[in-house]
Amino acid sequence: MSTLSTMRRHPELTPAAKPKRKRKRRGNRDNLVGYLFLSPWLLGFVFIIGGPVVASLWLSFTDYSILGSPQWIGTKNYEIMFTQDDRFWHSLTVTLVYLVVSVPLVQAFALFLATMVNRGVRGLAIYRAIFYVPSLIGGSVAIAILWRFLFASDGLVNGALRVLGIQSSYSWIGQPDTALNTLIILNVWQFGAAMIIYLAGLRQIPNEVQEAAIVDGASPARRFFSVTIPLLSPIIFFNVMMNMVGAFQAFNTAYIVSNGTGGPADSTLFYTLYLYQRGFVDFDMGYASALGWVLLVIVGLAAAGLFALSRRVVYYGDER
Amino acid sequence: MTATITPPREKRPTEKTRRRRYRPDEPTPPARFLRQLLLIAIAVVMFYPLAWMVGASFRPDSQISDPGILPSNFTLNGYETGFQGVSGVSFWQFILNSFLVASLCVVANLIACSLTAYAFARINFRLKKLWFAIMIGTLLLPHHVILIPQYLLFRDLHWINTYLPFVIPKLLGTDAFFVFLLVQFFRAIPRDLDEAARLDGCGHLRIFFKIMLPLAKPALATTAIFTFIYSWNDFFTPLIYLSDPHLYTLPLALRAFIDTTSGSAFGALFAMSVVSLLPVLGVFIAFQKLLVEGVATTGMKG
Repeated sequence: MSTLSTMRRHPELTPAAKPKRKRKRRGNRDNLVGYLFLSPWLLGFVFIIGGPVVASLWLSFTDYSILGSPQWIGTKNYEIMFTQDDRFWHSLTVTLVYLVVSVPLVQAFALFLATMVNRGVRGLAIYRAIFYVPSLIGGSVAIAILWRFLFASDGLVNGALRVLGIQSSYSWIGQPDTALNTLIILNVWQFGAAMIIYLAGLRQIPNEVQEAAIVDGASPARRFFSVTIPLLSPIIFFNVMMNMVGAFQAFNTAYIVSNGTGGPADSTLFYTLYLYQRGFVDFDMGYASALGWVLLVIVGLAAAGLFALSRRVVYYGDER
Repeated sequence: MTATITPPREKRPTEKTRRRRYRPDEPTPPARFLRQLLLIAIAVVMFYPLAWMVGASFRPDSQISDPGILPSNFTLNGYETGFQGVSGVSFWQFILNSFLVASLCVVANLIACSLTAYAFARINFRLKKLWFAIMIGTLLLPHHVILIPQYLLFRDLHWINTYLPFVIPKLLGTDAFFVFLLVQFFRAIPRDLDEAARLDGCGHLRIFFKIMLPLAKPALATTAIFTFIYSWNDFFTPLIYLSDPHLYTLPLALRAFIDTTSGSAFGALFAMSVVSLLPVLGVFIAFQKLLVEGVATTGMKG
């Protein structure tokens, strides 16, 4: 009797309960320590990221011109955006054109040059450095300033054309027809980071696979499209995804090149630039929040679409 | 001992072994020659604008549209005018500000991202998978969704015209890229090491400081370098949060420079642009190998 009650009061004394109790204690301790280690990130997630995501959803249903207090207006911001706001549709088009043209171009360039330098090229380190440096500095204000001068009417591009015997004083950056193209070129100029990722991927393709294809009589082009590309497809997917998310958020160069206006004639009005103008020039915080949420939904849909596509196209090895 | 336990990495053949081994898709000599020519042409076209800008920064303003690189009339006027700065603030001040902000961001990111990454890589706590999935999700979150509430929050905290909006988010580990990078690295460190340390009575804190951090030096260096470059180039955060010229970082100062000199002092504008690029190029030259490996393993963009 007395032993039984002792055992009930002190279950750790019974042989069976002993290890269980110990494991549980360690588990609790790990929970505590884990959340302690995680606490900076958790605070950051709640106050800097997650909270603001929710707050901006709420703000998007208000009229808030920063000075007063937010006034609930229901879905009016969204109604205005979709039915009356031409600049919203225009900026969305500009961003989508920029994205749809420049992302494939960047990937094509990166993949092309990665295969070029992959095998036995002299001076690989130098090429890699020259191709990669633009990725490090391409988003900076200094390069945006350079771009303004490259494509100005008396800029380097026209100067080079003059050397080739073509007289031109066309302002590539000042004309609505070509201004966005200069920004696309700037994005393509930064293909180096993607190239380095492809290069690392190419190095992991086993020689035997290519050899087998050669034995089967496949031409170099056939080998590239039927062997290299499928084996690289997970990396291509990753690169396209990151490049796409980046392109949706492009801002700096358009801002600098157009002095913050998105001009000429709104031709470089990126979605983010329009959002900035509504939020921090017009101080229309409610409307800017609505624009932010629409962007979130669009990026989410695009990413989901890409994921769905990758299920069918991307090759993850034999086990799938 | 430490040298043997760096995470397994694809062993890269050296230049020599690669040349000796038979490669099935090795091009023929004429094809190689053509390829070399094409590569040189592409490299020149890509690099020319940068070289041209450096040349133009030493040129008088009247000859700025000269397409050549070497200036015919060498002048340091651009640099002299440039360093006088904007709105009565010397350009040195902007450089100093940029270094201060970038350094603070580096320290903040190193602390927060390594702590967070250790938790995800090594500690079993409840809901870990959920939090990890959320952390990865924030990688794809467009920054502009949280921009407005963040601004309102920081304004209410009176953080406008301070560097806190730059540093505090990093100190709270919101740079998910680097958390992910470090998680990947920590996971590749053999578990036997910390199991042994635990049997010896080490807690997580000591394992973190004595075992994981020393082994993760390459990944920490990569984090530091990329954080430095991103913060150095960051234009959007200062644009939103800084209005006092004394606090401007370089990118914002350059933008202010465009406004004040529009149509006249091209040389000075180029000179200051070149100056603003130098630290990034210096970091690249010094740490090229780490940068390239960092990009190759995580797929980060510059």
